[in-house]
Amino acid sequence: MSRIIMLPILLPLCTAVVMIFFRRLVVLHRFLNVAGTALMLGVSLVMLGNVQSGGILSLQIGGWQAPFGISLVADMLSSIMVVATALIGFTTALYSLGTIDKDKEHFFYHPLLQLLLMGINGAFLTGDIFNLYVWFEVMLISSFVLLVLGGKPEQLEGAMKYVTLNLLSSSIFLAAVGILYGIAGTLNMADLAVRIPMLGHKDLLSVVAVLFMITFGIKAAIFPLFFWLPASYHTPPVAVSAIFAGLLTKVGVYAIMRMFTTVLIHEEAALIHQLLLVLSAFTMVVGVLGAVAQYDMRKLLSFHIISQIGYMIFALAIQSPLAIAGALFYIVHNIVAKTNLFYISGLVNRLKGSWDLRRIGGVYRFYPMLGVLFLVPALGLAGIPPLSGFWAKFVVIKAGIDSEHYLLVGIALFVSMLTLYSMIKIWNEAFWKDDPRGEGSVEDEGYLLISSMKKVAMVVPIVILGSVTVVFGFWFEPFFVIVQSAAVELLDQGNYIQAVLGERP
Amino acid sequence: MTFLLAVIIGVLYAAGTYLILRRSMVKVIFGLIFLGHAANLMIFTVGRLTKGAPAFVPEGMEGFTEPFADPLPQALILTAIVIGFGVQAFTIVLFKRTYQTVGTEDLDKMKSTDQLPGEEL
Repeated sequence: MSRIIMLPILLPLCTAVVMIFFRRLVVLHRFLNVAGTALMLGVSLVMLGNVQSGGILSLQIGGWQAPFGISLVADMLSSIMVVATALIGFTTALYSLGTIDKDKEHFFYHPLLQLLLMGINGAFLTGDIFNLYVWFEVMLISSFVLLVLGGKPEQLEGAMKYVTLNLLSSSIFLAAVGILYGIAGTLNMADLAVRIPMLGHKDLLSVVAVLFMITFGIKAAIFPLFFWLPASYHTPPVAVSAIFAGLLTKVGVYAIMRMFTTVLIHEEAALIHQLLLVLSAFTMVVGVLGAVAQYDMRKLLSFHIISQIGYMIFALAIQSPLAIAGALFYIVHNIVAKTNLFYISGLVNRLKGSWDLRRIGGVYRFYPMLGVLFLVPALGLAGIPPLSGFWAKFVVIKAGIDSEHYLLVGIALFVSMLTLYSMIKIWNEAFWKDDPRGEGSVEDEGYLLISSMKKVAMVVPIVILGSVTVVFGFWFEPFFVIVQSAAVELLDQGNYIQAVLGERP
Repeated sequence: MTFLLAVIIGVLYAAGTYLILRRSMVKVIFGLIFLGHAANLMIFTVGRLTKGAPAFVPEGMEGFTEPFADPLPQALILTAIVIGFGVQAFTIVLFKRTYQTVGTEDLDKMKSTDQLPGEEL
C-alpha cells in the first residue's frame, strides 16, 4: 500500500526518460506529457484517499530502517500538495500544447516539465532534510532550463538573477543541513523531532533555524528576499510562468511549514514565528504595492504572488490549528487561482499581441466568455464571496482575530482591497475599455491563425481551474474538513514520528 | 586540523560573499563556487574530524568497541559536490550566453527586467 508514495516521483521520471530516448517524436512527447500528468493526478487522488482513511504512509527506500535510510512520507499535508501539483501539471501540459512552439518542444520542453514535477513531488514527499535539498536542486535545475528555453535577452537576464539568488539559497541550505547534522547526528525529520528536545546544548539550533528560514524565505519570496521573482517570472513562455507562479514559491512555503511545525518546534520555532509575523505584513504590503504600480500583466501578477505569500506566512506564524488549516487552504486556492490568471493573461496576449495593459483593450466586447473566465480567478484571488478566496481569507483572518493580532488583520484586509483594485485594473484596461488602436484591430492579431485544436488546448485548462475555484467556493465544507484534519495531524508530531520510525519506546 | 579548517571556511565565506557583491559576472560565478565549497567543508568539519578510525564494523564483530568515523558527512558532501558541479557548469554557460546576448558583463547595467517601462511608450 505504501508503495504508492513512489508513484508521483517515478511516473514523471519514467515519462521524461522515454521522451528523451525518442527525442524526435514531439507528438509522443505531447501525448506522454498529458497522459503522464493525468495519471499522476489519478494516483495522487488515490494516495490522498488512502492517507485520509488509513493514516500517514511511509516508505523506507532500499529497505534501510528509518533513521539510517531515506524515508518517503505522505501525510495529509504532503498528499494535498501533491494533488495540487498534479492538477497544475495536468493543466499546464494541456496549455503547453497550445502555446509552446516546435523549437522549444525539440529542445526537451516536455521532459523538463516532467522533471520539474518530479522535483516538486519529491520535495513534498521526502522525510529527510538532505533529500529535501536534493529534490530542491532537481526542481531548480529543471526550472533554470525551462526559464531560459528560447534564449531571448530578457529571459537570460531574468535567469541570471533567478539562478544567482537560488544558488545562494542552496548553499545556505547546505550549510544549515551540515550544522544540523553536526548537532543532532541525524537528518531524518521524524528522528530529528525526537532527538532535538533531548539535546544537551541548543545554542546552535537558533542559528540553524534562522539559516533555514533564510533559504526557504528566498524560495518562497518573503519580504526582503523576493527580488528574484518579479525580475524573472515574466520572461519565459507563459505556460512556464504559470507553473512557476503556481508551484515553486509554494514549495518554499511548504518547507517552512514542515520545518517549523514538524522538525524544529521549540524555542527556535517561537523566535521564527515572531519573525515571520512581522515579515508577513511587509510581504503582503510590498507585494501588492508593487503590483499596483505595474502595467505589464505578467509583472503585475508576479508581484501578486509575493503579496499572497504574505497571507500564507501570516497564517503559518499564528500556529493555531485553525490558522494552519487556513494557510493550507489558502495555498491550494492560490495555486489554482494564480496559475489560472497566468493562463488567461497568455490568452489575452495571444488575442491582442501585447502584455502592456495600456496598449490593449476591448477583449470583453468580442470575447465576453473570456471576461467571465477572468473574473472567476480574479475575484477569487481578491476574496469576493462565494469564490474560494473568500473562504481562504475568512479563515486566515478569523484565526488572526482569535489570536489577537489585530494590526496584522487590519493590514491583511487593507491589502485585499488593493488586490481587488489591481485585479479591477486588469479588467478595466484589458477587458472593458475600448482598444486604443481602434476597432477592427481585434480580429487580425493572429488569433484566427491558430488551429482550433490549439484554442481548445488553451481554453480547457482555464475552464478546469476556474471550475475548481467555483467548486471550492460553493462546496467549501468538505474541503475544509480535509485541510483541518491535515492541520491537526501536522500539529501533533507523534503520529508522524510513529509512522516513520515505527513503534519505539 | 579543525582550527585550520575553520579558518579556511571563514576565508571562503568572506571571499565568496565579497565576490558575489561585485558587478562583474565572472567574479559572481567564483563567489558562488567559493560559497559552495565553504558549505561542503563546513559539513565535513561539523560532522567531526576523526583520524585513522574505521568507518565500518569489522568482519565477524557485532559493533564498535573503539571510536569510529562517521561516513555520512562524506556521503553528503559527495552528493553536494556532484550537484554543485552540474549547477555551476550550467551557470557558467548561462552567464556566457547572457554576456554574448546582452552585450555587457556589468551587472549594474542589467536592469531591464526590473524597470517600470518609462515614457518611451
